[in-house]
Amino acid sequence: MKSLLYVLSALAVIGLAFWAYRENYETQHVLNQAERLQGDIGDARSRLAMLRAEWAYLNRPDRLRDLAEINFGGLALLPLRPDQFGRIDQVAYPTEEKIVINNPVEVSSDGADDTDLEVRDEE
Amino acid sequence: MIRTPLRPLARVIDARAKGENPDAIERENLRLRHEEMRDKDRTRAEGRLLVLGAMFFCAFTVIGFRMGAMAGSEPAEPRASAAGSAIIADRADIVDRNGRILATNLETHALYAHPQQMIDPLHAVEKLMEIFPDLDRDRLIRDFTGKRKFLWIRKRLSPEQQQAVMDIGEPGLLFGPREMRLYPNGRIAAHVLGGAGYGQEGVASAEVIGVAGVERQFDSHLRDPANSDKPLELSLDLSIQAATEQVLYGGMKLMNAKGAAAVLMDIHTGEVISLASLPDFDPNDRPPLPTKGHPDDSPLFNRAAQGLYELGSTFKIFAVAQAMDLGLVAPQTVIDTKGPIRFGKYAIRDFHFYGNELTVEKIIVKSSNIGTARIAQMLGPQRQQEFLTSLGLTTSSQIELPEARQAKPLLPAKWTDLSAMTISYGHGMSASPLHLAAAYATIANDGMQVRPTLLKQSTPQRGPQVMSATTAKRSQAMLRKVVTEGTASFGEVEGYAVAGKTGTADKPKPTGGYYDDKVITTFATLFPAYDPQYVLVLSLDEPVETSGKEPRRTAGWTAVPVAAELIRRVAPLLGLRPQIEPARLADITLTSQ
Repeated sequence: MKSLLYVLSALAVIGLAFWAYRENYETQHVLNQAERLQGDIGDARSRLAMLRAEWAYLNRPDRLRDLAEINFGGLALLPLRPDQFGRIDQVAYPTEEKIVINNPVEVSSDGADDTDLEVRDEE
Repeated sequence: MIRTPLRPLARVIDARAKGENPDAIERENLRLRHEEMRDKDRTRAEGRLLVLGAMFFCAFTVIGFRMGAMAGSEPAEPRASAAGSAIIADRADIVDRNGRILATNLETHALYAHPQQMIDPLHAVEKLMEIFPDLDRDRLIRDFTGKRKFLWIRKRLSPEQQQAVMDIGEPGLLFGPREMRLYPNGRIAAHVLGGAGYGQEGVASAEVIGVAGVERQFDSHLRDPANSDKPLELSLDLSIQAATEQVLYGGMKLMNAKGAAAVLMDIHTGEVISLASLPDFDPNDRPPLPTKGHPDDSPLFNRAAQGLYELGSTFKIFAVAQAMDLGLVAPQTVIDTKGPIRFGKYAIRDFHFYGNELTVEKIIVKSSNIGTARIAQMLGPQRQQEFLTSLGLTTSSQIELPEARQAKPLLPAKWTDLSAMTISYGHGMSASPLHLAAAYATIANDGMQVRPTLLKQSTPQRGPQVMSATTAKRSQAMLRKVVTEGTASFGEVEGYAVAGKTGTADKPKPTGGYYDDKVITTFATLFPAYDPQYVLVLSLDEPVETSGKEPRRTAGWTAVPVAAELIRRVAPLLGLRPQIEPARLADITLTSQ
């Protein structure tokens, strides 16, 4: 009984040692991975900062103004003026478009009175 | 264990036979046994002490080794914690009120040399001269071949320059990483941003410190790593700032002025929406501080916040507002304006003759010095000083600019009756356009004090009431009349009901007295007059308008048209819808009974 206990505890020690060894390596691996990710995040951030700076540089008002002037022919962009404000009730309703009949169908008018036809014409 | 008996029978019998005391045998045996026990105890204790000593020795050895190893190893970041990546961008960005970047960081490199590691110093010098033609060749040769072990060559390199230096292939030329402050918009808002330079410099890094403007004011805030991902939000609006500078530049050139300044401010929150001063500079390449000449002439000088000028007739409204607030006059009170007023050797005159008496309203509309001086006489120097102090005109502005905080208005040494009279029409004391903007904002804000700020605000300020709301409203109405029927008729912008006051002040000579042909013209406005939202102060330095027969220098001909153009340009950007004032109804007369 006693020897069995010894054997079992020895096995437990071996097992725990193996577990600790494996855990240690796994931790190292995860730490390396985390470090690499941190590095990637740092790189991405610096790249992002660079892109933001470039975006701001490309969108600087002086450059946009020059571009608007160069492309005035195509775009006709002008600074915002007070008379460009409007009120919603100043906007006219769109006029109702008349239905255009492209393919009129001949309808026989046999049997209709002349007066009847005149009325139709007036409509 | 076999124990030796204390009284062995054989020896006891033997002793008895010899007539000896058998107890002696027992004592003898007891002593022997005790000795034996003592020896055993001692060896055990000695063994334990030895083990304990060995343990302590091992423990201290381990600790000692660990300490030695830690002292000798390179410091490393803790690997398991997550706070490793935030240190990339050290200094926080500065953005405008809409989040557009005004200042950010860029990674770059500095170039330094270790001459003792160089293989062919002369070849390196030749190649470096090709890349950087502004270097001093003789000095480089002296440094590279002399005893120096280390020297900086360039503080900042572009990537192309870095590649070119790498292509030299000289092992003695080395690069140190640098963080560089970048202002992507160039000159726009240069005076607000200020600029940044390097403080302590090492090979691996250098600290970036703000040298002027908000960069300096908020230096510790921007450098705090806890704030590195929280940009500093200013109240400026980049588009409006750019438009302001453009219109102001055009106006300055058109009016042949040598300098110009403009301040646009929200009257409810005190936010400065744009603050421009011309001539300006590029904060990416900040010019050195001037060592000679007048500080005003340097582009670094912020005319809007730092420049102290006699602001002329724009001050008149303060005297009138105070007199109305105290109940001394009403808008229609008639004041004697017979001139000139003689006071000792001084004489106070008007620009034109406006008649022998004017109503208070007309005094503002026509800009009569004599009338304002008469009102100032009613007030007295004491009360005038208190009122101007409550408007913030006698102390330096507390806006977040180090330059502005140093600019304390120039006041008369003794505030006499004469000073009160001259100050009432803006002579004899100097303040910055920013001071004037804050004071006008107080009038526009129905008498509640407003403190200008450069930081984005979310709530309106609730300052103390400086004058009653009625007085403020009456003053606004008078200022509106200055534009509709007075000296600022060019200031009318359709739909925005501009109200304001012009001011033309002769420039003081450095030697004393005033120039005849050099003026500072100012136009202080609030708009829209029916519900004021913004205050704009625009001032031109030495303008002259030459379209007429003779040169005109009054504010009505110089500062006012520029300000009107500025409002026309900027008000739509501010989101202000032009409002058509209700037209005057045609007079209906009854013609038939």
